[in-house]
Amino acid sequence: MILDSKIPKGPLEQKWDNYKKKAKLVNPANRKKLDVIVVGTGLAGSSIAASLGEMGYHVKSFCFQDSPRRAHSVAAQGGVNAAKNYKNDGDSVYRMFVDTLKGGDFRAREANVYRMAECSLNLIDQAVAQGVPFGREYGGYLNNRSFGGVQVSRTFYARGQTGQQLLLGAYQALMRQVGKGSVQLYSRHEMLDLVMIDGKARGIIVRNLDTGEIERHAAHAVVLATGGYGKIYYLSTLAMGCNGSAIWRAHKKGALMASPSWIQVHPTSLPQSGDYQSKLTLMSESLRNDGRIWVPSKENETRQPHDIPENERDYYLERRYPAFGNLAPRDISSRAAKERIDAGYGIGPLKNAVYLDFSKAIREQGKEKIQEKYGNLFDMYLKITGYNAYNEPMMISPSAHFSMGGLWVDYELMTTIPGLFALGEANFADHGANRLGANSLLQASVDGYFIAPYTIANYLADDIHTGKISPDAPEFEVAENAVKKQIQGFMDIRGTKTVDYFHKTLGKLLYDYCGLARNEEGLKYAIGEIRKLKQEFYADVRVSGQGDKMNTELEKAGRVADYFEIGELMCYDALTRNESCGAHFREEFQTQDGEALRNDAEYQFISAWAWAGENNEPELVKEPLIFEEIQPTVRSYK
Amino acid sequence: MDLHLKIWRQKDRQSEGKLVNYDLKELNPHMSFLEMLDTLNEKLITEGDEPVEFDHDCREGICGQCGMMINGIAHGPLKNTTTCQLHLRSFKDGENILIEPFRAGAFPVKKDLKVDRSAFDRIISSGGFVSVNTGQAPDATAIAVTHQTAEEAFDSAACIGCGACVATCKNGSAALFTSAKITHMVLLPQGKEERSQRVLDMVSQMDRELFGHCSNTEACEVECPQGISVLNIARMNYEYGRALFFRKR
Ligand SMILES: Cc1cc2nc3c(=O)[nH]c(=O)nc-3n(C[C@H](O)[C@H](O)[C@H](O)COP(=O)(O)OP(=O)(O)OC[C@H]3O[C@@H](n4cnc5c(N)ncnc54)[C@H](O)[C@@H]3O)c2cc1C
Ligand code: SF4
Ligand code: FES
Repeated sequence: MILDSKIPKGPLEQKWDNYKKKAKLVNPANRKKLDVIVVGTGLAGSSIAASLGEMGYHVKSFCFQDSPRRAHSVAAQGGVNAAKNYKNDGDSVYRMFVDTLKGGDFRAREANVYRMAECSLNLIDQAVAQGVPFGREYGGYLNNRSFGGVQVSRTFYARGQTGQQLLLGAYQALMRQVGKGSVQLYSRHEMLDLVMIDGKARGIIVRNLDTGEIERHAAHAVVLATGGYGKIYYLSTLAMGCNGSAIWRAHKKGALMASPSWIQVHPTSLPQSGDYQSKLTLMSESLRNDGRIWVPSKENETRQPHDIPENERDYYLERRYPAFGNLAPRDISSRAAKERIDAGYGIGPLKNAVYLDFSKAIREQGKEKIQEKYGNLFDMYLKITGYNAYNEPMMISPSAHFSMGGLWVDYELMTTIPGLFALGEANFADHGANRLGANSLLQASVDGYFIAPYTIANYLADDIHTGKISPDAPEFEVAENAVKKQIQGFMDIRGTKTVDYFHKTLGKLLYDYCGLARNEEGLKYAIGEIRKLKQEFYADVRVSGQGDKMNTELEKAGRVADYFEIGELMCYDALTRNESCGAHFREEFQTQDGEALRNDAEYQFISAWAWAGENNEPELVKEPLIFEEIQPTVRSYK
Repeated sequence: MDLHLKIWRQKDRQSEGKLVNYDLKELNPHMSFLEMLDTLNEKLITEGDEPVEFDHDCREGICGQCGMMINGIAHGPLKNTTTCQLHLRSFKDGENILIEPFRAGAFPVKKDLKVDRSAFDRIISSGGFVSVNTGQAPDATAIAVTHQTAEEAFDSAACIGCGACVATCKNGSAALFTSAKITHMVLLPQGKEERSQRVLDMVSQMDRELFGHCSNTEACEVECPQGISVLNIARMNYEYGRALFFRKR
């Protein structure tokens, strides 16, 4: 199989304009004859559903939460990037493009990354017009801050709740269309399968989570904007419901998965405190602007932080990466923390954390200033841990956070299945092997507001004479029966262990063998263990309640079943990349001082994977990465 | 620590519900309230019972999904806190805890602790937005907003749509939720153009959804996890009066 990324010809800065000039249009009268299904109501899903609704297409929007406003985009704290250069500190679309490509360790497509930087300008305009209350200067102009991995201030923020405010903007735009009748909303509905007719995506099978009913929905195109699958690790910064099922089921129908093992581990989450724990809460990365990270320079330190004098503290990021210090990119900061923790310098009851210290910032800027910048985060920290971070340093630790991998898409954001698009965190595009802070809200939004409206129209233009797609087609019948059979299968096992038990066990395996650091032996071991665990799941899981009623355990069972397969693929992916880059650190490939050793000669490609059937080794398809504008260099933040 | 729970169990919307007793032993006080319910469910499942259904997702106080009444208080005893951010250290060893769903005419119970809050979405779709299409926006700096105004708008915009204000109100009024959105929008220049139509539409939708009237008991503000101020309601009333006045003219 040869992957065609469909990158338009011409110089980098003209590619997107050239594409738009030539893209096919759909006459307004024809748009209402075309149906589009959008799964997901996060920033990517709400924005595309609203945009298509505004244009006059007939849209159906799905999410599993009780309201679209609760999609996980709502939880993003720190901010959203845009190369507006309002600070006059030398920012530009080009610089943002370079930062992103370099931040992603040169494992992203140039053309996509450039387009994201380009569209960032419009996103801020769009959000402000919708009423997003971004932080402002006293004179009324927008304010910016800097975020991990870059040296300019290009991050726009709404206190520590940027995701919430951006999502509310998109949600309100969506609800406006719902009110007008151009979008039909199906909340508390979970997509369980993709339906294909003649090789094209033509609909989905969903379960109404309130009633347990299985429904068929047909359309001319299907958009998956279903977010990330980092919850596969169980303990992660993601919401409990986040899952990889929608993209995984599409994968099993023929859509390739790209870069599945690149899962970003975030350096500033709260540490695990016990076995009962269900998630790890993220403390926004923006805290690193003023907080200094350190551990005691003595092993197994027992003193309280304020009893440890300055010269017995190891500010290891400032020491190892003087140019970026506490703002070093996420993969580097996370790994540096793990290195210190593993070496025995960790702090906290479980010795699994490092300090994030604000005492200097409070001394220099005053408590009030810090309170204004991060007040809600300090409150959150107090609520969760019971500690007051104005008086003593926070304890933080790395935790699974963001999936750079996802469905492979071309420049049009279309998967290898015609008519199936993937947007936002559900696709693999733009971030490479590592996502820079504040680029994800951006990517999800620009995919939905500015890119997919053109590319989906370009696809639909060929479909105006197709006529309605019927949900009575035999393909729907087959898919529906398969879904019902799977559900009955889970109900019939009646074993002894809970779904959560399996999820937690899988998560721990992945943390240990396919987490911040990996090696060949460990990955091979993990593949074997995951298969065993999966077998045990199908023999011994207990799903209580009924299959045709509201049943949270059943929902979780389906997601965990997919996680076994995704986890296995993650290990294969990690195993085939004999290099260290971004989120992927293979212990066999490192420099003498413990930095990642990338291998451009052999691995400058995107790994896209085709499903080869259960328990078979997946098939690897390579998309070579060609850099015309900048040449890959060694990433150095020293 | 040990806890004695009394939890509302209700099979579905039609069935009658009842309170059921459960005892949990040796809980870690650092657990969150929802993790305590997870522990209970784990136990119920392995013992062959049906777990307690409750709504939740982010578990970090931002999605607004996890509401329940704990000892008669929406989201439990701590001020400005969602249920997921409440930890067992806020309770005493051996304490009795009563756990019920949010109750309001406009929030029917779906099962156990889950209620239907879709009425909030319909209030937003009736007018809680700025009518701007994608790709239409002027440069962001063209709309200047002072720091104070942006912060004030944010204070109102921060509502997470959890419904605690409704559940705690003896009239089941959605005034705090609706007024927060109206205030957010009207403070900003972008939202001013549609201010009259918006408030009229949203208030009438609120009535259609069978929310009660606001009689200024201010209970909502006390239990709002985001600390949304009742001054928003005053603002909504002012906007409503203003809109009616201009409409008559
Ligand atoms: C705690 C946290 C903080 C973050 N902070 C930042 C930040 O400061 N800056 C930044 O840029 N990024 C941040 N991110 C990342 C960013 O928030 C996400 O990558 C982004 O919001 C993803 O948006 P999305 O639209 O792709 O998906 P989501 O917002 O996750 O939406 C997924 C949607 O899909 C639906 N869905 C999923 N599966 C199904 C199914 N099978 N059937 C039906 N519906 C389904 C869900 O209901 C939901 O509506 C943060 C992430 C986290 C977890
Ligand atoms: S006003 Fe407060 S209590 Fe009411 S829905 Fe909003 S956040 Fe919840
Ligand atoms: S679970 Fe999201 S606010 Fe509590």
